[in-house]
Amino acid sequence: MGGTELLQFVLAGLKNGSIYALVALGFTLIYAATGVINFAQGEFYMLGGMLSVWAYADLGLPLPLAGLVGVAATAAVGGVFELGAIRQRKDGDPLALIVITVGGSMVLSSMARHLFGPNERPLPLFSGGGSVSVFGAVLEVQTIWILGLTALAVVGLWYLYNRTGLGRAMRACAVNRDAARIVGIDTRLMVTVSFLLAAALGALAGLAVTPLTQTAFDVGPTVGIKGFAAAILGGLGNPIAAVVGGLVLGMLESVSIAFISSTYKDAIALIVLLAVLFMRPQGILGRSSREKV
Amino acid sequence: MSSEPRTVLSVEGLHAGYGHVAVVRGIDMRVAEGELVTLIGANGAGKSTLLKALVGLVPPSAGTVRFLGEDITRMRPERAVRAGLALVPEGRMLFGPMSVEENLELGAQVTDRTQTVGSLERVFDLFPVLAERRSQTAATLSGGEQQMLAVARALMARPRLLLLDEPSLGLAPKVIKEIFGALRKLKDEGLTILLVEQDARLALKHSDRGYVMRTGSIALAGDAADLLEDDDVRLIYLGAWRGEGESS
Ligand SMILES: Nc1ncnc2c1ncn2[C@@H]1O[C@H](COP(=O)(O)OP(=O)(O)O)[C@@H](O)[C@H]1O
Ligand SMILES: [Mg+2]
Repeated sequence: MGGTELLQFVLAGLKNGSIYALVALGFTLIYAATGVINFAQGEFYMLGGMLSVWAYADLGLPLPLAGLVGVAATAAVGGVFELGAIRQRKDGDPLALIVITVGGSMVLSSMARHLFGPNERPLPLFSGGGSVSVFGAVLEVQTIWILGLTALAVVGLWYLYNRTGLGRAMRACAVNRDAARIVGIDTRLMVTVSFLLAAALGALAGLAVTPLTQTAFDVGPTVGIKGFAAAILGGLGNPIAAVVGGLVLGMLESVSIAFISSTYKDAIALIVLLAVLFMRPQGILGRSSREKV
Repeated sequence: MSSEPRTVLSVEGLHAGYGHVAVVRGIDMRVAEGELVTLIGANGAGKSTLLKALVGLVPPSAGTVRFLGEDITRMRPERAVRAGLALVPEGRMLFGPMSVEENLELGAQVTDRTQTVGSLERVFDLFPVLAERRSQTAATLSGGEQQMLAVARALMARPRLLLLDEPSLGLAPKVIKEIFGALRKLKDEGLTILLVEQDARLALKHSDRGYVMRTGSIALAGDAADLLEDDDVRLIYLGAWRGEGESS
């Protein structure tokens, strides 16, 4: 295999990897705030694309505005889901919450099917179908959009986490919820905020990809699993690790296509999941013990 | 003219527990302005649960908690700290990966921003070592420094009542002395303090009054000096303490 061909796989890996990274960030944020895996995360990805298509094609909004509406509306769905379902489970029992997110995921995809139909729906490329050549490899302009939006989201999230009072409160909540409460942090609000953010991040991924892949009511679970695997690969602990996990998973998939066969691409995420499970036998679904100190 | 000090905390018939297990069973107690009151009792008596119930970390199932005249029973902890109740919890519960300064700033987030600098000066004055360690993460501090940080973080909220849960646990005598010295100073400045301690002798020596808790209720209450002389207290709590103290 030549260098150009290899570079082509690297670019594809980065593109998919940034999508997984955004979804993985959502898993990590919600895990930090609640200690549970949000199995509805993939549906936020689906809704981001679907609601943008709805705003563009059905409402007739210009594309940038439609994208904004799609992401904002999905964030709102995330917030409402938290307020209406997650928060109602007063004791915060992790297993119960996980079941709620699984149920929520089914409800969201059925609703999308009911409202927007069973068919795939397209969205135009953000700025036409052009491409640039990078050392001979083809880089589509839409891929540049995906990479750019991901980078923007990661920087924004980093800033929020490390440079704002809200971010500090979210980090405190992740370290020790009771400690956060006794210093005056409204931990329920932090949970709501994390759902809003996670939904927005997932939606951004769905929005950015839809021009390349189209979207449908049932695209959530596959991407959900991959984002989950990426988050697990990053250790579920911190946002940076989630991004790295996403990029690594994207690369692994690319490498497997390059050297094995594209047939196995989708199995990579599962293999990663299993591998991490074997190395982390205490389980990955709920936080087994809280960090003291 | 009588000048009865104002009641800061009054607890009546308080019950609290975990699930269906009642751990705190009918507690009555009162803390007046400026007092340092100690609560002693064997391991598992329910002292920590009582403090958690006061700040709302464990919701009371019955009874009332009044703080500065206001009914705060079942108030959520994030609101209780705004009302003026700050807890130094068992096990310190610091934000380990964050710096000393960030821990303190988190403690101050219920106060007006303009007060933060003054509060920082105050706690650095009380515990100078924290100023030296301000950019270190809390997890890298020694046990004594962590306890100081836990007290300092609570003080950053400018509380009217400071609740402390076993601040001497696991610390060297020299550090314990420093922490009690700080509590003394705070009391002299007029702060009201409710202290849970396993080192009953040390705590009672510094206190105005004391309560003895046994399996979820108050078994004995009185002036600290009287409790230090009480035969039961000497036998059960002071004796046990002395035995442990000598072996360490
Ligand atoms: N989080 C909890 N869940 C269930 N039971 C608890 C919990 N914390 C404490 N307990 C139980 O409540 C009782 C009193 O504990 P605690 O309030 O910590 O006592 P103390 O502080 O006096 O040692 C003990 O029997 C303990 O096992
Ligand atoms: Mg205790």
